[in-house]
Amino acid sequence: MTAPIVWIGLPLVLAALLFILPRERLISYLGTLFALGLAITAYWIPPGTAQRIGSISLRIEPSLSLFGRQLSLDAGDQTLLILVYGMAAFWFFGTLAAGQARQVVSLGLAVIALLVASLAVRPFLYAALLVEMAVLVSVPLLAPPGSRPGRGLLRFLIYQTFAMPFILLAGFLLSGVEAGPSDVAQVVQAGILLLLGFAFLLAVFPLNTWIPLLAEEASPYAVGFLLTMLPTFGLVLALNFIDRFSWLRDSAQLPSILQTAGILTLVTAGIWAAFQRHLGRIAAYAIIAETGVSLLAMSLPDRQIGLQILFFLFIPRALALGVWTMSISILQSRAGDLRFAALQGLARQYPLASAGVVFANLALAGTPLLAVFPVRQTLWENLAVQSLPLALWFGLASLGLWVIALRSLAVLTMFSEKTEWVSRETWPQRILLGIGLLGLFLSGIFPQWAQPLLANLPAMFDYLGK
Amino acid sequence: MPAPLLWIVVLLLILTSVGLLVSREWRWSIALLAGQYFAAFWLVSLHWPLTMAAAKLITGWMAAAALGMTQINMNQYQTGETSWPQGRVFRLFSAGLVLLAVFAVSRSVTGWLPGANLSVVSGSLILISLGLLHLGMTANPLRVTLGLLTVLLGFETLYATVENSILVAGLLSTITLGLALAGSYLVALASAEDSA
Repeated sequence: MTAPIVWIGLPLVLAALLFILPRERLISYLGTLFALGLAITAYWIPPGTAQRIGSISLRIEPSLSLFGRQLSLDAGDQTLLILVYGMAAFWFFGTLAAGQARQVVSLGLAVIALLVASLAVRPFLYAALLVEMAVLVSVPLLAPPGSRPGRGLLRFLIYQTFAMPFILLAGFLLSGVEAGPSDVAQVVQAGILLLLGFAFLLAVFPLNTWIPLLAEEASPYAVGFLLTMLPTFGLVLALNFIDRFSWLRDSAQLPSILQTAGILTLVTAGIWAAFQRHLGRIAAYAIIAETGVSLLAMSLPDRQIGLQILFFLFIPRALALGVWTMSISILQSRAGDLRFAALQGLARQYPLASAGVVFANLALAGTPLLAVFPVRQTLWENLAVQSLPLALWFGLASLGLWVIALRSLAVLTMFSEKTEWVSRETWPQRILLGIGLLGLFLSGIFPQWAQPLLANLPAMFDYLGK
Repeated sequence: MPAPLLWIVVLLLILTSVGLLVSREWRWSIALLAGQYFAAFWLVSLHWPLTMAAAKLITGWMAAAALGMTQINMNQYQTGETSWPQGRVFRLFSAGLVLLAVFAVSRSVTGWLPGANLSVVSGSLILISLGLLHLGMTANPLRVTLGLLTVLLGFETLYATVENSILVAGLLSTITLGLALAGSYLVALASAEDSA
């Protein structure tokens, strides 16, 4: 058995099988258990390492040859595999409350398998091709049968497809630069192509107009899932490029480019979020802001701290977005629309879902005692040391997200005095939202719990991690 | 292949991609897309073995067939634009400007790619730029798919000059087919919603 078969091949096969199962609840349970099983396998039997059970020795070979190239997942990828399939299990379990298990679980599993393949392919320059395949698989995830494809989905397809040619061509030019970095013109060409490719892939300002549109048109939970997974892998791919090419790693301009792109993305998203009147669009702007935060973390002069911040954001971000989009889905199933006008006073009928919307929003705004706060605070401190205006802009963006959380709270609690408190959430919804809200507080109060898992994540990079 | 023949292929690419931009009848669009893949096949065969280049041609034709089959089953579905600009003259004028820009930059781009032929680079850039123009003028699922396939074909032709791995060729073919299937799916969804 080889690692690519276990963590790429099997999920692809199961994704196809799950898609044809008749019952949605069964799909949710099986998908969750399978993703959890893959995360546990990665923890217990890291690729390329032998594990003894009694007299039996288990070993998963790290590489698989395919058409003269290799797919390889070694021990350095162990943490990422645990993290990714653990996050997938969390999202798949959430479909019990949010619905849409057939799309989110089966197609989601295929998307994750292809994204893992993008990390495994050698040479890694071909990763962009596999990311594009994941994008194509996510089209039916975002537009299930019976829905109408809108402009957001078409723009998503166009913008994400544009990323691939730029990254592939940049990869080719970069290999030439690696051979002889003295050619300044080629360095500039490769750099521009690479920046454009990742700007499209990560939806950096101003190439992110499709995200709010998509959040308005598609299921909030499916959008939340996809926009948690795609940027996570996009960032790891970007780090792979920086790690692989020494001139890029040592470039004096790279931190300032990342910083400018990051702060522009964060500030525009934070400020525009404050003026929205649609819960889906608000979550979309928060997702865009998170990309900005990640780019700022990558721009820090102390690369070790930057990487730690970037990786420590993955779990609380996924948790907050999961709770947020699950809550929005529940409110949407009741109100039919996510505009503020349709949601007034729903807090008395959907108290947990309303709490989920507000607390998850506050968590992503960096509110104390909630998930994301400890990591965001560390980033803010580091930015302040570097430049006070930068820290002020960061604060302004957080303020925008704060303001919209309070506006959402005001809308959801805008009921007449005579309205009675009646929780209309189903029991699975109550349990899942309750666990999610508890998780938001626990990971804010005890951020060190994720330390043992995430501390090894930088080891997947040959140079950045050292 | 002699140089004059290569430029005839480039001319064919211009005709098919401008035709795609201007045509409003889906049958013509699908036929022009198939013609585009046929022309690109000759350029790709300069750098790839004939069998690999033929695989690209067949994949492109399969993509065109998938889109055509979807349209046949819903022939009441309109592919025209409801928004400005719709005029053929405007589109021809824009295509002319884009072509001028392409011929202006082709020579310098050829310098970036060692071993690339000027006609191949020109053909690729024509496909990429006219595909982009097409994408900028439409919000129709079929036309978006045609635009994306055109851009992708231009890129594939360019990339074939520097990369001849079987895995990459296979993945690019899978993406072409996947894009056509995704496009067919979106066309079917839009059509079902319109007829409901």
